[in-house]
Parts: sequence; C-alpha cells; structure tokens
Amino acid sequence: MFSYFLKRLLNLIPLLLGITIISFAVIHLAPGRPAYLKEMDPRISLEAQEQLIKLYDLDKPLFKQYLNWLKRVLRLDFGNSFVDGRKVIVRIRERLPVTLLINILSMVLIIVVALPIGVISALKPGGLFDKWTTFFVFLGFSLPGFWLALLLMLLLGIKLNWLPISGLKSFDYHQLSFWGKNLDIIKHLILPVSVTAFGGLAGFSRYVRGNMIGVLKQNYIRAAYAQGINKGRIVYKYALKNALLPLITILGLSIPGLIGGSVIFESIFAIPGMGRLLYNSAVARDYPMIMGGLVIGAVLTLLGNLLADLCYAWADPRIKCK
Amino acid sequence: MNKLTLFGISIIAVLILLAIFAPLISPYNPQAIDVDNILSPPSRTHILGTDSLGRDLFSRMVYGARVSLEVGLVAVGVSLIIGVLFGSLAGYWGGRVDSLIMRFVDIMLCFPTFFLLITMVAFLKATVFNIMLIIGLTSWMGLARLVRAEVLSIKERDFVRYAKAMGAGNFKIISRHILPHTLPPVLVAAILGMGGAILTESALSFLGLGVQPPTPSWGNILMEGKAVIDIGWWLTLFPGLAILLAVLGYNLLGEGLRR
Amino acid sequence: MSTLFPPRHILRGIFLIPFFFLFFSFLFSLYAQQNQGSKVTCYGDAIVVGSIGEPITLIPILAADSASQEIVGLVFNGLVKYDKDINLVGDLAEGWKISDDGLEITFYLRKGVKWQDGVLFTAKDVLFTYQKLIDPATKTPYSGDFKKIEDFKIIDDYTVKITYSEPFAPALASWGMPIMPAHLLKREEDFKKFSRQPIGTGPYRFVRWETGSQIILEAYDDYWEGRPYIDRYSYRIIPDQSTLFLELRNRGLDYIGLTPLQYQRQTNNDFFKQNFRKYKYPSFGYTYIGWNLNNPKFKDKRVRQAMNYAIDKEEIIKGVLLGLGKVCTGPFVHNSWAYNPEVKPPRYNPQKAEELLAAAGWNRKNKAGFLVKDGQQFEFTLLTNQGNEARRKCAEIIQQRLKEVGIKVNIKIVEWGCLLDIIDKRRFDAVLLGWGLSRDPDCYDIFHSSKTRPKEFNFVSYKNEKVDKLLEQGRRVFSRERRKKIYHEIHRLIYNDQPYTFLYVPDALPIIDARFRGIEPSINGIGYNFIKWWVAKEEQRYKLQE
Repeated sequence: MFSYFLKRLLNLIPLLLGITIISFAVIHLAPGRPAYLKEMDPRISLEAQEQLIKLYDLDKPLFKQYLNWLKRVLRLDFGNSFVDGRKVIVRIRERLPVTLLINILSMVLIIVVALPIGVISALKPGGLFDKWTTFFVFLGFSLPGFWLALLLMLLLGIKLNWLPISGLKSFDYHQLSFWGKNLDIIKHLILPVSVTAFGGLAGFSRYVRGNMIGVLKQNYIRAAYAQGINKGRIVYKYALKNALLPLITILGLSIPGLIGGSVIFESIFAIPGMGRLLYNSAVARDYPMIMGGLVIGAVLTLLGNLLADLCYAWADPRIKCK
Repeated sequence: MNKLTLFGISIIAVLILLAIFAPLISPYNPQAIDVDNILSPPSRTHILGTDSLGRDLFSRMVYGARVSLEVGLVAVGVSLIIGVLFGSLAGYWGGRVDSLIMRFVDIMLCFPTFFLLITMVAFLKATVFNIMLIIGLTSWMGLARLVRAEVLSIKERDFVRYAKAMGAGNFKIISRHILPHTLPPVLVAAILGMGGAILTESALSFLGLGVQPPTPSWGNILMEGKAVIDIGWWLTLFPGLAILLAVLGYNLLGEGLRR
Repeated sequence: MSTLFPPRHILRGIFLIPFFFLFFSFLFSLYAQQNQGSKVTCYGDAIVVGSIGEPITLIPILAADSASQEIVGLVFNGLVKYDKDINLVGDLAEGWKISDDGLEITFYLRKGVKWQDGVLFTAKDVLFTYQKLIDPATKTPYSGDFKKIEDFKIIDDYTVKITYSEPFAPALASWGMPIMPAHLLKREEDFKKFSRQPIGTGPYRFVRWETGSQIILEAYDDYWEGRPYIDRYSYRIIPDQSTLFLELRNRGLDYIGLTPLQYQRQTNNDFFKQNFRKYKYPSFGYTYIGWNLNNPKFKDKRVRQAMNYAIDKEEIIKGVLLGLGKVCTGPFVHNSWAYNPEVKPPRYNPQKAEELLAAAGWNRKNKAGFLVKDGQQFEFTLLTNQGNEARRKCAEIIQQRLKEVGIKVNIKIVEWGCLLDIIDKRRFDAVLLGWGLSRDPDCYDIFHSSKTRPKEFNFVSYKNEKVDKLLEQGRRVFSRERRKKIYHEIHRLIYNDQPYTFLYVPDALPIIDARFRGIEPSINGIGYNFIKWWVAKEEQRYKLQE
C-alpha cells in the first residue's frame, strides 16, 4: 500500500510540471498585456509603463521567465501580484475561506437532500415518487444557474425582503452579539449556498439512484432478501453502503470546483471568493496571480484524486493495488 | 417511448423548426434598432416586448434559437471528434500512448473550465463559430474517457480478435469494428452534451465573452436583461425559459435513448 | 404631484378630501421639519457607497484606478484642489507664487495640519512625496509631470520652491497629487502595510479593509477644515451592476452612480422619489471613435468627415444615454473653459456623407449594397472593450447607420488587456473608447504627433503641425485668457481634421439617499463638499460604536 502511494505521488511530479508549463505558455502567449486599469489614463507616461515592464521581468524571454518562476515556486514563493504588488499567497488566503465555506456547505446540502431522494426513487423505479423526482432532477439539470440566482434574488430578496441579497455581512455586523453575528452570516449564505447546490443536486441524486438500482439487482442483495433479512436493513446497511462507494471519487473530482468558486455567482451575490479573484486576474493578465491560483488548484485537485483513489482502494476490497 | 422522452423530442423539433424558418416566423428584423420604443412590455405589436435598444424580443429569440441549436451541434461535433480520436487511440493502443493521452486529459481537467474558456476566447476572435469551437475544445475530456473505456472492453471481444486474425489494419478495426459498438453510449453523451453546450454559451455570454452583438443569442439577451431586471422582467423570463426548455429537451431525449 | 389628480379620480375625490387634508398637513410637517433641520447641522450617521470596482492600493502616488482614488481622496490632501467652479484653490498649501517666467512655483504650506497619527505636516512630507514620485524603483504611473522638475528646495518648514526646466502650465494642477507622510514610510516594507492601512491628513481616517467586500473610514476629529459631519464612510464593493442597483433599492446602499436606464426608467417611481435624490451633471469625459489614420481608408479626411455626417449622435444619445448627455464636438467638454462653443456639430445627414464618400472614390455599390472602390468593399472592424454596456450599444447603432450609407461594420468586443495589445500593435481599423479628462485641458499626450510610440496615447497617429505647435504653446503659457485662445483654436482644428468622430459627453448620474443634506450640485459635480453633508438627528439610520 505504501509503495503504491509513493509511486502515485511520484507520478504527480511530471503531471504538475506539465500543468505549469502548459499554463505558463498559454497565459503568456494569449493576446493581451497586463492591464490593471480598466480605462486609459493619458497622465501615465510611456517611461512609467516601460519601467513597470522591467520591474515585472516581462522583457526577458519566456523560458527564462518560466525558469525564474519555477525556481521561486520551488521555494514556495508564488511571487507578487502585478495588480497590487501583494503576495499571491496572501491574496489567495484572503479569498479561499469564503469559497470553501460556501462550497462545503452546498456539498453538505447536496448530500443531505439528494441522498434520500436517490435512495427512495431507486426503491421503486418508475413509481410516482421516482417519476416526479426524475422530472425535477431534469429541470435541475437544465436550469441556467445564474438565471435561478437572479429569480431567487428578486423573489426572496426584493419582493418578499426575507433575505439579504449581497455580501456576507450586514453593515452593523460588528455591533451584533455572538449569535446575532452567526445568524447574520447564515442569512447571507442561504441564497448563494442553495444556488450553488442546486446544479449538483440533480446530478448527485441521479447518481445515487442509478447506483442503488444497480446494487439492488446484485446477487448478494437477492440472497439477503431470500434469507429473510428485514428490508430496511438490507437497503440502508448493505445496499446503500455499496452504492455510496463511488461517491468518494465524485468528491475527489469536485475539488477543482470547490476551490475554484464561481465567477458568476460571486459577482451576482457580491461575494469575495476565489472565482472572482481568478477571473479578474485572468482579465488583467496578472500572470503571477493566475499561475499561483492554477498551480495551487492543480496540486489540491491531484492530491484530492489521489486521496480518493486511496480511500476507494481501502474501502473496496475488490480493487487490488497494482 | 415514454411521455418525457416524447416531450423532449417535441421541444427539440420546435427548436429546429424555429431555427430553420426564423426569417419567416419573426415579425421584425431582429437587429432593427428603434430608440423610440425602448423596453416596451409585451403587447400586441411586440408579443414578447422589446429590449433596451427597442428591438423586438420575439424576433431575437427566434434567431437566438439558431445560435443555440448551432452551438449544440458544432460544440458537440468538435468535442466528439477530439474525444473519439483520443479515446479510441488511448483505448486501442494502450501503453505509452494511453498514458500520454490520459495524462493530457488529466491536465485539462485540472484547469477550472472558465479559465480555459476565457484564455481561448482571448486567442480566437469571438465570432459565433469560434465560441462554438471553444466550447467544444474545452469539453471533450469526458467523452475521451468514455470512449476509451468502451474501446478497452470491446477490443477484447471475439469479433475484434477475429478481424485482427484476418489481417485487418488497425484503422479498419477501429473504424469498422470498434467504434460502431461504442455508438450508443457516445450518442447519449453527445445529446446530453448539446444541452450542456447551450448552458455554457449562456454563461459565457452572461460574462460578456460569448456571442458578439448584434447577433442575438439567448445568453446575451439574458445578460442584457439582467441590467433591467426590475422593470423589464420579460427580458429575463423568456430567454431563461427558452434555455431551460431547450436544455431540458436534450436531456430528456438523451435519457430516453439511454434506456 | 400630477399623478395625484388624474381625471378618473374626480368622482371618488369627494371621499378623499379628508385624506387630502391629512396628506397636506403631513407634507407641511415634513416641509417644516426640513426647514427646521436645515438650520442645525448634526454630526452622526454613516454613508454606504456602492461601487463596482475595488481599490487596488491606497498608496496615493500609485492609486490610478477610480476606486482607489476615491478612497485616497478622502484620506489624503494634495497641495491644491479644484473648487466647485473648477478653479484651483489651496488645499495643504495656503497659497503659492509663480515666477514671471513660469519656471518657479513657491508653495506656502498650511501650518498646524496634523497627520492622523498626531504628527505635524511639514515641507519634508512634500519633498518626500516628490522624491518617491521620481524614484525609478517606485511603480508610479504619474512620474511624468514631476520629471520636469529641475530643482526642489525646502526654504523652511512651511515653504517649498520648485523649479521647472521649462514653463509647464499643468504643473500647478499636478500638485493636486496627495501628499504622503515621510515619517511613516522610512523603509520599503512600510509601503506594504501602508497600501492597506494608510494614514493621511484628510477628513477621514482609515479603519478597516475587508477584501472584496468593503472599506470603512471614520471621521477624523482633528481635520484642519473641521470634522466632517458624517461619522462613517463605508465603501461597499458589489461587482455586478444589477445587484448594485437592487441593493440600493433594498436601501442597503446610500449612494451609487446610476446608468441612464436606471436614471430614466428604473428610478422613476414613488419609492425612489420619496427615498432618494437624483443628480445629473455633465461628466468630465467623452466617448469617441478613433480612426487608425495609417489605414488607407481613413487617411482620407473626406471619409472621416463623411463618418461624422453618417453617424447620428442624437440617436446614440437617445438610444444609449436615453437623452442624458450632450453631443461632443472635440477634445474638451462643455464645462471646460477650453471648450469652443463656435464648433457646432452638423446634423445627421446621410446624403452629405455619401457625397463625401463618393468624392473620395467610394462611388459604386455592390450587390450587397456596400460601397466599392478598386474592387474592395468598404468594410472595417470597430473595436471596443468588453464590460461596457454603453459602448456595446453605441457600436450596434453605428453599425446600423453606416450600413445605410453602404459601409459594413464588424463589431469586435475584446477584454481590456487584449484591446490594449491590439492598439499597441496598431492592428485596428477603428476603436470605440472614452477618455476621462482632468480639469486642465492639456491634451498633448493624446494629439501631439510625438506621442505615437506603442503604449502612448496618440494611437490613431494624428499629425497636424499647427496642432502640434499650439499644444506645445498651451503647455508653456500660464494666463488662462491666452490659453483659452490656444485651446479654442486646437478644438477647431481637431474637429476639422476628425481624427476621432466625437460622439458624446455622458452625464454623471449619482443617486443619494434623501436623508443626506448639504449637497450642492455645481459644474464640478457634488463630491467637492462631501465633508459638509449631514443627516438630521431623527433621520439618522446607523448608530455606531465600535
């Protein structure tokens, strides 16, 4: 097991190198130049602009820039953002918690809601419950997420005025009591979390349903029935356990989305998360920032996948380590 | 065939009809600007109202159906070509080729999708066709994995071995004997992909990176509508519903075919 | 009021009479209250300002984006500033003297001004700011104006003498640059902290910056002009224009800039009339199409003049700005003294355009209805940047109008970074962009023929020797009257040459919660007397303690 793990870990190195080379080349070769201002300002002199380019190393050949970058990254230094000169790591650290919070909450919400839906509709495929949930699931698949976000914002935030529509805290947040603060944040989170969860809800419940139906047809389940074991026990103890195994992979695969955040939702709800940060960096051609974001994202994704595989191997004795 | 599948098919059929007969159906030129008639609500003269430049929403929606249909076809076409090519190569040859291709797929999957999209948009001009191309270029990875898995299982089957024994070339084996057998799952994935492509186009347009004006697409109508959501509800409601229905159509059809 | 008495209510009106009494007495009480209130200004309350963009840095000499400048403007002072009539007046400088040859400016600094940490402001701070501005290691984009300084002398703690290598009229205005505290920025590392935690001499003290959400400032008690009335200033960042507006509607924001649609349509109901006040004044900027003059098509002046006739600016103002703007005729806006009122925009006239085009050789049309010359169709790409709704709409209208005279326009919308790259490489036919202007009319960098290198701003490659000379002159002369003549002539010449098709000057459209008082619109906008805004005690919304 350990040597398998080590081998997989070593395999990640060329993969990571490949990712950095490709992304470095792509973003530097993409047309456009670093531009942190959104309009032209005639007061900015040519000398000043050229000086910036020198300060940022942009006059050197690309491979040299890459090597310099790589050298720094090996020392865990992702450099400074072009836009405000602050450390890339610091800027990511500011944004990551919010994105993680929203995505983990929505993941939990997905599991809590989708799991029972999937299981119950799998018990009687083609039954009334299954039919309705199938329909809703397809509706969920087909909804443009941002459209739903706008509609919910309009309904719950504006027309009914139940929920705040933007940001994470109220203006008077700092004057609230401990519980008041928590309640305030929860209120702000309801819309973004449910909208984020909505897309995944459909897919996941479908997935559980499919797996469950498959498992329920297996011989060992039939055998269990034949032995007269209580149905609830069969479903929730034996079948569900096996049907949930692939869940691990799904969780592993969803890591890029988890830390990447969503530009669209974050803009609509004015949430300072990773999605907006990376998007703005890409638009401003803030090379160190984009590279930092991508590399950290890639590392976490690859580690996530590896971890998922390991968990899978550990949980499912059928899979033999190569 | 069940009711839902039928529903899906009829949506797609309507979509195709709208797209083909767009010039006949739409009562106005979808690009005719009328600054005296900005944001008028649905009425007898403009059944779905007008947008913020006074253009007829119904006509724009009808022409938008063209874009949506094309986006689905072209984007999925592109991702099919790449996905099937890479998938079958990896699955059939295995070994180095397989691991090289699959590592590439892994790398592509590591990037956040929107990042791929916006760098591609920067590389290519944002014409309607290029947007479709870009969506295709960033969505073939799942198909490649699917095809590879199918090929892996099929190539061990007896009839493939028989063909090999008869001295058929690799290309012939893949194209004649293996790929046809991967068709059903690939077709389902492709149809589901068309729905996905429409959603991606609308998200891109929502960020202002999608289909360029004055070509109407449901996505960029929706983007415009967002700015006036409190007084121009029709500009948000109708294109959103259209996207919902079209994607639903593809999904139901795909699901129907799966069974 | 007129909506209170539509004819169909007349019959029912009788029953409403008692209510009218109540209503009017209510109105009267409001009026009385307002009158009473306006006598006694009160301290307290907070203003929540909404913005699409987030400041990049709060180091004044680096702050180049409008969001950063907004905050910097509240935390810092320059030596001079523009008053409500757009005249330069002293800020941290009490006064100044300009030598007759225009080479020396002596500033007499205000005494007793304290930095927000209690230390006295002196000439050393001015020198320090100057040194940082010209230091090659500083990433400031604004070094240009200050590099013309030959000598900087501190006469005493409150007097500095600045000598320029040549007379430079915009020099005085350039000292609107906010002054930084020398004692707090001794080492390089200090700047890092300072960029997110600035300390200035201004009316507001920096409190907190919650990245991506808001910046909070607090009234500075010892401000030399007197403490501002509004206790707290919160700058909320909401990157989506529609959310920004909806948040205003929910009364979560007090102050935003409206789009023309929001101004004309979305805020015209009773709710907004009751709770908010809208303002409207011409902004200091204009939108234009810049023609690449190296392109053989646009090299011909007649073609450019034809464009001016074929593009209906009134229609654009109506369609894009819903009437909230003025036709632009040249590089100066109507509120500027440099604006030449004798330059009159021509009426939309497609026939005249076609004549001019025919004179330039574009006299035949192909089957598609587009003009042809030497077998080539008249087709060009109009480039603009993504994320600007007004420019997109503008491009669409122009596309339609030019089609009518037989010109095919392809619109290309790219992200900002791409656009700059394309412009640097001169790979464009025409760009639809805007200039934000400073109050001084000097536009040497935009129209002088020496400013055509990549990344410089005469990217259309305009060259007119007369204009060049006048631009040079305009910088050397200090007298407003003489400069006025020079810039009026520049205005006329540039209009005649049409290197740009000048489109419009949009109005600035701020909306502010009705509880704020003391707002006095002027040609310099409303922000100039922000520290005098106040809210009556009974209307204050936020009680703050922290």
